[in-house]
Amino acid sequence: MVRRTSFKKETAQDRVFIAINSILLAVVFLSVAYPLLFILSASISSPDSLYRGEVWLFPKAITFEGYTRVMANKEIWMGYRNTVFYTVFGTLINLSVIIPCGYVLSRKEYRFRTPITILFTFTMFFSGGLIPTYLVVDSLGLINTVWALLLPRAANMVYIIIARTYIKSNIHDSLWESAAMDGCIHTRFLLQIVLPLSKPIIAVLALFCGVIHWNSYFNALIYLSNRELVPLQLILREILIINDMGASEMMSIDDAQIAARMLRLKDLVKYAVMVVSALPLLVAYPFLQKYFATGVMMGAIKG
Amino acid sequence: MMKQKSVFKVRNTELTILILPALLYFLIFHYFPMYGLQIAFKEFNPFLGIAKSPWVGLEHFSRFFSSYHFWDIIKNTLGISLYSLILGFPMPIILALMMNEMSSLRMKRIMQTVVYAPHFISTVVMVGILYIFLRPQNGLINRFIVMGGGESVAFLTEASMFKTIYVFSGIWQNTGWGTVIYLASLSAIDPQIVEAAIIDGASRWQRMMKINIPGILPMVIILFILNTGRIMNVGFEKVFLMQNPLNLRTSEIIATYVYRSGLQNYEYSFGSAVGFFNSVVNFLLLIFVNTIAKKTGESSLW
Repeated sequence: MVRRTSFKKETAQDRVFIAINSILLAVVFLSVAYPLLFILSASISSPDSLYRGEVWLFPKAITFEGYTRVMANKEIWMGYRNTVFYTVFGTLINLSVIIPCGYVLSRKEYRFRTPITILFTFTMFFSGGLIPTYLVVDSLGLINTVWALLLPRAANMVYIIIARTYIKSNIHDSLWESAAMDGCIHTRFLLQIVLPLSKPIIAVLALFCGVIHWNSYFNALIYLSNRELVPLQLILREILIINDMGASEMMSIDDAQIAARMLRLKDLVKYAVMVVSALPLLVAYPFLQKYFATGVMMGAIKG
Repeated sequence: MMKQKSVFKVRNTELTILILPALLYFLIFHYFPMYGLQIAFKEFNPFLGIAKSPWVGLEHFSRFFSSYHFWDIIKNTLGISLYSLILGFPMPIILALMMNEMSSLRMKRIMQTVVYAPHFISTVVMVGILYIFLRPQNGLINRFIVMGGGESVAFLTEASMFKTIYVFSGIWQNTGWGTVIYLASLSAIDPQIVEAAIIDGASRWQRMMKINIPGILPMVIILFILNTGRIMNVGFEKVFLMQNPLNLRTSEIIATYVYRSGLQNYEYSFGSAVGFFNSVVNFLLLIFVNTIAKKTGESSLW
């Protein structure tokens, strides 16, 4: 952290190195940022300038028609509401399974620690696969219920390892010993001592889990057919991918002008819906960015 | 310490209650399916259930191995994953090493924020972006090609382009996020070593080659082992969305085949057999690579 300026004796070779490095980093920066900026600009450009290919970086003839169309779409709203539900409840379930589990596995004296760790870790490397899992979800009667999206994703060994390693390395044994001396039980210790001291890791895990719930579509595709329960990503799939393939069918509409305008609007709506769906996460993650390293490292330490 | 511990009751029961939800989860959603895998060797009948369905031995496996598509599917699965492993795996390492050389902390943080962003975009939106950017008519990429005097390309229906599009969009989306772990390992390198090297007159390039790269090598190896263990698990969700009838020849992979045959055509047993084959190959690969890593004395998973 401390920069020792006295050491700075940059040779010509170092300067060349820094220059090349900076140029390459600038290229990386632009190639990541440009497509994102383009989508944002396209989402507020007029459909005609989009169609004529006039938008390169900045929006042309700004209009919010794309967004008003997205707002007016009942299906998108419904999907959005469902996704918020799945994300909030899914993440709460995740945390209430993962954190206690991580705590228990961090207790060296727990009798079943090793067998349970082995049992859970094995699932990282081997799974029953798509169809046997589907049959289990089916036989539990979860198909077409919200639980089909919440329960099969309730935990994840990688995140349990992250929680366990963090708790083990940040909450000293003596803390538990003195608490136990005063008659404190594990549950209370977990709630009143461990949780407040583990805020950074809980925040990161909440984000990681939240991202999975917000972005996943496949479980919804196989487990849900009830339209009312469908999450945003499935609606997006229809708008962005399935409809795209059928774009030529639109041309069969008799009035060619209306058809052309519809087609142009469709693109605008696509850009707008991309922004609307990705924005919550893109706004949220920078706040937790400084904890990412901790989270990821905790998952990589053997213990 | 030892003496103190014996004073307290361990409270195994209470700890077991706390871990019970996780235990139930893994039993129900991971070990029940493993029990259900036996239908790969049976002719599953939903009315009879898993246990009572009749055994058929390796019939489903031999049907899969001798099926017309078998080699295509294996070739696509391995092709896509090796392609993305070879091109995609080194990228975060290189980018992290480069970002580590940035002297301005503020710039570094801005850079991080930007390169992490694609990770938070969903697969559906990512593929949606590909559809709209790669379109022959005024897709952004084709506009650049046409502007440069080229002919516009129908990327998404061109079967030969499938793997490249998959791999490069994956690099765009995942490289930044992949740097998190390497940047963390780089910051864990003892600053005294770096200082000593500076005093000895080591250039930045030499420091990178002689200190930083060896410093993160254990992490590189661990992640490499983990990645090979997933070699048959191509990003199914993305491939599935990118598939269309015109590129199926190069885009059909084991996982999409399992979905199509198993869940869409209700051939539960056949699909399970194909999936089982996939999991076993993965598991064996993981053990194989881990053993090699162990033998060469580098870090290993266990």
